[in-house]
Amino acid sequence: MLTRLLSGDFPRSRFLALALLIVFLGLAVAPFALSGARPLNVAATICVFIVLVASYDLLLGYTGIVSFAHTMFYGIGAYGVGLSLYSLGPSWGAILLGLTIALVVSLALALVIGLFSLRVRAIFYAMITLAVASAFAILASQLSDFTGGEDGRTFRLPEMLTPGYTLFEGEIFGTSINGRLLTYYLVFVSAVALFLFLLRVVNSPFGRVLQAIRENDFRAEALGYRTVVYRTIANCLAALLATCAGALMALWLRYTGPQTTLSFTIMMDILLMVVIGGMGTLYGAVVGAALFILAQNYLQELTGQASHALAGVPLLANLFHPDRWLLWLGVLFVLSVYFFPTGIVGKLRKPNP
Amino acid sequence: MQMTGNSSALAQVANREPPVLSSEGLTIRFGGHVAVNNVTADFYPGTLTAIVGPNGAGKTTYFNLLSGQLPATSGSVRLYGEDITLLSAPERTRRGIGRAFQLTNLFPNLSVLENVRLAVQSRAGLGLNLFSLWSDHREIIEKAEHFLHRVALAERRHEIAAALSHGDKRKLEVAILLALEPDIFMFDEPTAGMSVDEVPVVLELIHHIKAQGDKTILLVEHKMDVVRSLADRIIVLHNGYLVADGDPAEAMASPIVQEAYLGVGVAEHV
Repeated sequence: MLTRLLSGDFPRSRFLALALLIVFLGLAVAPFALSGARPLNVAATICVFIVLVASYDLLLGYTGIVSFAHTMFYGIGAYGVGLSLYSLGPSWGAILLGLTIALVVSLALALVIGLFSLRVRAIFYAMITLAVASAFAILASQLSDFTGGEDGRTFRLPEMLTPGYTLFEGEIFGTSINGRLLTYYLVFVSAVALFLFLLRVVNSPFGRVLQAIRENDFRAEALGYRTVVYRTIANCLAALLATCAGALMALWLRYTGPQTTLSFTIMMDILLMVVIGGMGTLYGAVVGAALFILAQNYLQELTGQASHALAGVPLLANLFHPDRWLLWLGVLFVLSVYFFPTGIVGKLRKPNP
Repeated sequence: MQMTGNSSALAQVANREPPVLSSEGLTIRFGGHVAVNNVTADFYPGTLTAIVGPNGAGKTTYFNLLSGQLPATSGSVRLYGEDITLLSAPERTRRGIGRAFQLTNLFPNLSVLENVRLAVQSRAGLGLNLFSLWSDHREIIEKAEHFLHRVALAERRHEIAAALSHGDKRKLEVAILLALEPDIFMFDEPTAGMSVDEVPVVLELIHHIKAQGDKTILLVEHKMDVVRSLADRIIVLHNGYLVADGDPAEAMASPIVQEAYLGVGVAEHV
């Protein structure tokens, strides 16, 4: 059963298995274990980014395609659901319609970009995706009547997903089962399902061909694999999953705007999460996303406490000042890339059988 | 420029069956340099044709034109009488042209077994299967292990291909070609750089394929003793031209071969 679920791709390392279990259980019980809006927000963001980063790893780590358009597909998902809810009002039908339109648009764009440019060398493909993604981001902020421009759009969710809704009277473990909690579990369950789907794809005969293409596309062709077809399918799959991740993020935030979905900063974050977690292994996405988002959210407080504790020491107290948290984030990246060039999971895990 | 020999053995084969693979006026130009110049040759099932010639004669380029790694500037390639000049390399592989490379060309970070398994999987047409587990396809894995046994690499199956010795990499290269189960086997110096005790394994395999009787084998080889022991026919390339084509004894006697391999005489063709 577990073998089928994980597609036979076990962590193959005790530490990794433990880390994955902690992330999974932590996310599963987050609404009950943690109080307040912020921890839950962090947990939901981790769920969404695990899918987003894993789908990017399908491109970068498994197939060897460098794309900068991943946030564009993420944005299409968020805008699809967001604008649909905004203009049609809060209903499940609007979510479904928005998601469907977003998936169709993403698929069409991924197909066109793929077929036109996956034949060219990697660096040119990266440039083309960068151009298309920039054009899309500008388009989204310029069409302000439709998209809300730089401000984005705030919208309402179907009643069942609003904080005011309670599934039943009373509480479980001191937490009332409200719409916010239901939204969280919608995000969580969808993320788990999408991740397991991706895990299946990379462990299928198709996934193995992607690895072959990454290793030596010339030889993959000589074996009879039409690499353009495989690259295009991988490109489309990654785009569709990023779209789903975007839709989930929009549902969670009840807001869609260029800064939360289309910005280049997010693209950089995704890249960092893939590299820190480990390229070419989906579990790397889990570890990378969890660590990165936790650091992003809590490092400032941590350095603040350190600074407080070191109040007497002249230089150190200043160095650990909460405003310097980005410096420490940077130091962590440098260290992790230096000590784990193949990513944390790449370091922990034994090679493929 | 050609001194095509019509050996009686070849004529017999030609009478019996039509050629499986043929090139007609096959030419490729890199800027001003013509690497393969107007080469016409037919290849028949059950025969092993050795392609010899000095370094830079265009042997590997000729292979690349036949198997589709390079596009021809002019001329045509025919497979079972059908023009395949415009088909891509993967399409030609699917139609039965199998190719092993001179410079070892593997998937370096995948295991030895996985290198071969990918070839078996391609042959089985399973590549576009997205939702099954690769490890559930036992028959593919068993077949891959079978081919590893044949090149005496079964014990190394879980090692990363990049970690193999040069000789083992060459053997793996041959195993991948076998795993494609092609109708036409193209070996590009399969024994180059191998130690003396490893060479017989590969030669035995080529012998075995030849003994099946229905396979077409093309072999680029520098070791003349290997060519002598295996070849039914020899094609000599020189500066991109086909300068001799005939039974081994005849081709070996040609001035080009004499000069290139034995260092005697001055070729009239240069």
